[in-house]
Amino acid sequence: MSDVRLDVSRQPGPRWVLPKGLRRVPEGLDELATEHLILNMGPQHPSTHGVLHVLLELDGEEVQAAEASVGYLHRGIEKLAESRKYHQVGTLLDRADYLAGLHTETAFALAVERLAGIEVPRKADWIRSLTMELCRLASHVVWAGTFGMDAGAMAPFLYIMRDREALLDILEAITGGRMMFNYVRPGGVFADLPAGVDTKIRAFLDVFDTYLEETDALLGGNEIFQARIKNVGVISRDTAMAFGLAGGTMRASGIDFDVRRDMPYAAYTELDFDVPVASGGDCWDRYVVRMEEMRQSVRMIRQLVDGMPEGDFTAKVPKVLRPPAGEMYAAVESPRGELGIHLVSDGGPTPYRMRLRSPAYYNLAITDEAIAGSLIADAVVIIGSLDIVLGEIDR
Amino acid sequence: MNAAGAVAIRILAMLLLLLVNGVVLIYMLRKVLGRLHIRIGPNRVGPFGLLQTTADVVKLLTKEDLMPESADKWLFWIAPFVVFVPSFLAYLPLAFGPDLAVTRLDTGLLFLLAALSLIPLGVVMAGWASNSKWSLVGGMRAAGQQIAYEVPLMLAVLGPVMMAGSMDLSRIIEAQKNLWFVFPQFIAFIIYIIAAQADTQQTPFDMSEAESELITGFANEYGGMRFGFLFLAEFSNMFIVSALGVSLFFGGWYVPFLTENPVALSLAPLIFMIKTYMGIFVMMWARGSLPRIRVDQLLAFSWKALIPISLSWVVIWACFQRLVLVR
Repeated sequence: MSDVRLDVSRQPGPRWVLPKGLRRVPEGLDELATEHLILNMGPQHPSTHGVLHVLLELDGEEVQAAEASVGYLHRGIEKLAESRKYHQVGTLLDRADYLAGLHTETAFALAVERLAGIEVPRKADWIRSLTMELCRLASHVVWAGTFGMDAGAMAPFLYIMRDREALLDILEAITGGRMMFNYVRPGGVFADLPAGVDTKIRAFLDVFDTYLEETDALLGGNEIFQARIKNVGVISRDTAMAFGLAGGTMRASGIDFDVRRDMPYAAYTELDFDVPVASGGDCWDRYVVRMEEMRQSVRMIRQLVDGMPEGDFTAKVPKVLRPPAGEMYAAVESPRGELGIHLVSDGGPTPYRMRLRSPAYYNLAITDEAIAGSLIADAVVIIGSLDIVLGEIDR
Repeated sequence: MNAAGAVAIRILAMLLLLLVNGVVLIYMLRKVLGRLHIRIGPNRVGPFGLLQTTADVVKLLTKEDLMPESADKWLFWIAPFVVFVPSFLAYLPLAFGPDLAVTRLDTGLLFLLAALSLIPLGVVMAGWASNSKWSLVGGMRAAGQQIAYEVPLMLAVLGPVMMAGSMDLSRIIEAQKNLWFVFPQFIAFIIYIIAAQADTQQTPFDMSEAESELITGFANEYGGMRFGFLFLAEFSNMFIVSALGVSLFFGGWYVPFLTENPVALSLAPLIFMIKTYMGIFVMMWARGSLPRIRVDQLLAFSWKALIPISLSWVVIWACFQRLVLVR
């Protein structure tokens, strides 16, 4: 009555012994005891978007607890920056968030400019905004595609790759690089816009309008996809606030904040755009918010191409910058949220200390809380919905 | 020629069909998915990439035969065959033309379904024997899914069986000479394609593989030709459920309005194959465009929707046939 579990140690030995390979229960193990399964998801796993490692405690398919573990892609970018001259840091920062190098570069350039008191020409601001919005599109389409893949839809990923290819071609025409740009420098940008790039951008946007709706119909219009992501991974407004979430993940939980609008930089004060906000905080809201962000980016790029001012693309900046001693924080709205650079200068030619505020890192922090209590399939979708980039998280 | 020799030839022919089918279907899947994914698909090996699958088989055959050290050796070794052999057995009762089947069984349909339902045993074995947690979850999913979808599959085939009054696939096809069963049995047909897609573990029901969740699920630890067998069995199953669907709902080898035409009848196997491949194309189409359903939704869908509907359909059709058609 009291304890029905078998005490194996008191059982007589097996009458006949199975061949060693066929023995099911190792001797001395309680046959009826159950325990939770600890599963290592990653660092090599197709859906952890890089080298994220999540420890899952499973009861069958149900995730009881989760713990994200980061650091597999740590390259010491912040420390390396301390031994690079101000013009050289951009190369490192491209490799932090490899989907949005231009944003990280701009955040750094803004911090340096504000510290050194450099006046940036208006055209440079506009070029920065233009390239950043193109870069945001290139990053968001990858997110949409991989999010679809997390839910098992293969097709949208290859559809968005077509669009991303065109976007990278445009970025290559402007900056000379496809992902590692090193284009935004303190004082302005590296080179002027090439002739004819505006027609190229306009031609792309005209087809992208249709392509974007097509991708949206393939994913968001699919009932299976909706069933997979609606009411999954709900993050309440308070939780989002407490975890300091950023970007689309935060706005999907009902917090109306966008660095481009609320702490303007580059040309964003002169642009007309909306900040999409949702209130549900589930994966579906994050999907809707990001899709709408893409439409807003398209809108901004049109304005930027049409209103591109004349003038210099960079201010006159000495070859070796020595900002005065002090510290400065500058933030941009990267595709993943508020990306900040905190720069401390001691008046020398290299930064004394540089810290990168990684929005994806703050978003990742919610995984433990959001995944617990869901299924394995949900865990994958929730991680996908946060839009993490491990290069930026591990730095 | 003695009887044993005749049987041997038939079985070899079937095996050849299975292997050729596998090769053709893998190539077809790649090309179809390529088109659906706005890319090209294989086009380097041979004309139009036709030899790509052959090259892959050669690669698989020459790969090192790895077995995880902590695997249950015997189960790990035998699991691919437990998956593959039933899938081969299921070919035996298929009728490709009038009097063209490896063996004509009065209970051919029952035999085929029984063979198909052995496959998850091998999948569970593979998942368990690999001694990998991912494989285990994949194997367990396969078991749950198979139990859930076997029932609607069996109930769905009951409609055509009642109409034909036989479980012999040849007689079921012959009964469709004038009217394909898909028209009166439309509801059963819808249930059949859903259950068949789930039964063969195709997207959106590829729970046991679930690339983005379980990597490749039960096949995770398999490499080389062992994996090749698991892979081949998957394509062979696709062919079987499609061929069964054609036999049950689309009049097998009959072409509408040409049922007595000697030319059409002499081309019976070809027509049967064309119809089957069209069915497979639809399966690939779904695979290329749909996301994966979640495992609890999958089970709930079967137990709460498919099984009640198929059960009611069987009852409704039985009453209808007994009371209205046969007085």
